[in-house]
Amino acid sequence: MSVEHIIGKSVPRKEGRDKVTGAARYIDDMTLPGMLHGATVRSQIPRGVIRNILFDPRFDWNEFVIVTAKDIPGENCIALIGDDQPCLAEGKVNHPEEPVLLLAHADPHLLRKAVDAVSIEYEDLPAIFTIDESECRSQLIWGTDNIFKTFLISKGDVDSVWAKADYIVEGEYTTGAQEQLYIENNGVIAVFDVVQGITVWGSLQCPYYVHKALMALCRLAEDKVRVVQMETGGAFGGKEDYPSMIAGHAALLAMKSGRPVKIIYDRLEDMTATTKRHPSRTRHRTAVGRDGKILGGEIDFTIDGGAYATLSSVVLSRGTIHAGGPYYWPHVRIRAKAVATNAPPHGAFRGFGAPQSLFAMERHMDRIAQVVGVSPIEIRRRNFLKPGQTTTTEQTIREEIDLGRLLDRALELSDYTAKKERFAKEKAGPIKKGMGIAAFLHGAGFTGSGERYLASVVGVEGCADGSVRVLVSSTEFGQGTNTVLCQIAAEALDLTYEDVQIAQPDTNQVPNSGPTVASRTAMVVGNLVRSAAMGIKQTLIAAGTLGGSYSPEEFRAACRDYISEHGQLRSLARYDPPAGVFWDDREYRGEAYAAFAWAVYVAQVAVDLSTYTVKVEDFVALQEIGRVLHPILAKGQITGGVAQGIGFALYEKVVWQNGRMQNGQMTNYIMPTSADLPQIRVFFEEMGNPHGAYGAKGIGELPMDGPAPAIVNAVEDALGVRFDSVPLLPEDVFEAVSVGVEG
Amino acid sequence: MTTSSDNRGKCEILLTVNGKPESVRVYPMERLLDVLRHELGLTGAKEGCGEGECGSCSVLMNGELVNSCLIPVLQAAGANLTTIEGLAHGFQLSALQAAFLECGGAQCGICTPGMILASRYLLNKKPDPTLDDIREGLSGNLCRCTGYTQIFDAVAEAARRRDPA
Repeated sequence: MSVEHIIGKSVPRKEGRDKVTGAARYIDDMTLPGMLHGATVRSQIPRGVIRNILFDPRFDWNEFVIVTAKDIPGENCIALIGDDQPCLAEGKVNHPEEPVLLLAHADPHLLRKAVDAVSIEYEDLPAIFTIDESECRSQLIWGTDNIFKTFLISKGDVDSVWAKADYIVEGEYTTGAQEQLYIENNGVIAVFDVVQGITVWGSLQCPYYVHKALMALCRLAEDKVRVVQMETGGAFGGKEDYPSMIAGHAALLAMKSGRPVKIIYDRLEDMTATTKRHPSRTRHRTAVGRDGKILGGEIDFTIDGGAYATLSSVVLSRGTIHAGGPYYWPHVRIRAKAVATNAPPHGAFRGFGAPQSLFAMERHMDRIAQVVGVSPIEIRRRNFLKPGQTTTTEQTIREEIDLGRLLDRALELSDYTAKKERFAKEKAGPIKKGMGIAAFLHGAGFTGSGERYLASVVGVEGCADGSVRVLVSSTEFGQGTNTVLCQIAAEALDLTYEDVQIAQPDTNQVPNSGPTVASRTAMVVGNLVRSAAMGIKQTLIAAGTLGGSYSPEEFRAACRDYISEHGQLRSLARYDPPAGVFWDDREYRGEAYAAFAWAVYVAQVAVDLSTYTVKVEDFVALQEIGRVLHPILAKGQITGGVAQGIGFALYEKVVWQNGRMQNGQMTNYIMPTSADLPQIRVFFEEMGNPHGAYGAKGIGELPMDGPAPAIVNAVEDALGVRFDSVPLLPEDVFEAVSVGVEG
Repeated sequence: MTTSSDNRGKCEILLTVNGKPESVRVYPMERLLDVLRHELGLTGAKEGCGEGECGSCSVLMNGELVNSCLIPVLQAAGANLTTIEGLAHGFQLSALQAAFLECGGAQCGICTPGMILASRYLLNKKPDPTLDDIREGLSGNLCRCTGYTQIFDAVAEAARRRDPA
């Protein structure tokens, strides 16, 4: 007997009730007896040597816990990939938000004053702030060449294409930094105990990243570090690597003071000191035939990593692999590099390099269309990847994706052709309207051999009351991890959704199912949850307590009986790479991703030439994402991602001065409000995916990739003026339109 | 010498919170948000920006929607306050809370208490809001997760169900 299918149903979010009643516990809602508050004294200059640290004599510093690099028991680094970022500056600083010294006190008001009462004397060193400055190496600030990482993708023989080309189309495109702007700022609480070691509770995405960083920093054994994720108020990549830093700081203060220490950033500190999306520059040089077909080309993709390597190599990797878009390149050479500047390190943000390189690709497609003299629709249709063809990394497209049909449907849903014609005729008056499209793809899961190296483990266990619990380190921060993983386990076990719970991510309780990044949770971790759940079923059947067909009541009874007899019912599943998947890390060639999601987005904009503002009036987001496991959550991922993409395109500008963000407040860094956004219309196609749980593909990052190019393409359609950078603010429109008029 | 603060300067302030009379001994210029969270244990109101931009700390004060991070507690003396903790009737969610849960109006949940109170205020003023009314009414409350679409759905659904104020 089988219960109703749960996959594909919009069941209530597992932790939703607590969220709508205010009962959900975030890190700042937690207090421990005797708790101190911690704060960070940061560098005030972009680059220099620390000469002296002075404490204002009007303070009684005996009341404060003071930690410097000398107090670090282990290695002074935030262990991640390259381990080059210090936890606290030692002798020199490389960016203007570098942590130098930590303070703790019971009174948070006094603590804030004390931070200002510490002054640091430096010997300034010349600093560099842009990709161009880093490339010309007037100052070497990292390694021997200011380069964190390079990649080269080489397919076919690019040098042979130029002579055959009817057109050679060149372009340079840039994107700015973008703040994740989760509404809950970063925060942690740390407790130290000689016997149990360090325990950290926090707002974070990746408990085991923090766990690894604390082991190295505090020189503690694996079982002496415990990391627990609290309810997390948004992350978007912004709580992937930085929580290891804050947790490290709180841990050092807790070890020195012997008391619990809470560090909660205020908005200004969170915005200025923590990671942002990497600024980028992409150069295209493309050989095109008379018929508009791409013959081949060169793509040069460069990102600004800030002062330390942190995650830049992996962000660069994803951006590089996505740089060719959803198109067929018979010959291509993609050179990519991440460079150092004296700004706080840039990090993960939804899309992870792909929104940058895809912005360039999709703007460049419109430019190619103009040069060849065909429509933006036609240029894409003629170059779309087809099943059997290979991507830039020579991955063969095995799924029966029909991008032409996806494009047709998006055009129909947006009424593209009729509107474009109408807008072209209505050019009188100050309001100019236009239509723009973007076609793109997003690879789900870790790149290349990433999932193989991670070798994630997932657990499912039976509980004494007959219910089932999912054990993963995959975290919920709004996307619906809790809900979708419980749906998958319930479906696999023929149980009701209410029969399945999920454990709070706690490294003492759950196995390492990998970080919650890369749109991998539903697809990769979900598949492991399914396997682990099947293991529970098989154990009960093998033990003779459960028949092959059963009701949820019978399952619960069997589960109870098994546990009372054997004490524990637990099943683990480990990631097993699919057979026949080939990836060459050295040549950057092969199967980059187990699955791609595909999309065509259409934006309608109105540009007001009296205020130079651009408003998105309609937005159609059509995507193929394998199988929709939960329609409301899936739609919510797309609308939320599109909103962030609209912010990336039109509103969100980080203003830099000497490596420091100048507008680190919500009053001057502008994200879209409910009054700024159009109704975002979301449509799905579902082709399934043999590698994902119940056919799922990754979805979380995809919607970040398309809005910026679709919108800027629409602005060009409206004004006939070319823009190749985002964010595109009214002052940029003003300047370009004025130049156009004068020129 | 600048050292830890003591209790001098604190005063007693009376408030009615979610229908219950409360008395707190606090500094008069403490933020209402901190008093709710630290003195009364009502942690549903959140601090997102501390400067009245994000609306995560929204509460109703004498029926008006306010950012509790901008209100010195002295200003709230004698006031009638409603926080997110006061909306449900026991285990029974209010229509707004239920609609947010069902329509996907809450993702990470950090803006949700403020968003629901802003919605409550809107529906008190306009029981049958248009989509533009909802857009406008919630424009002081930032949400980074949803793109607002499912929040609009939730408010429209709650309006259909007619939650008593």
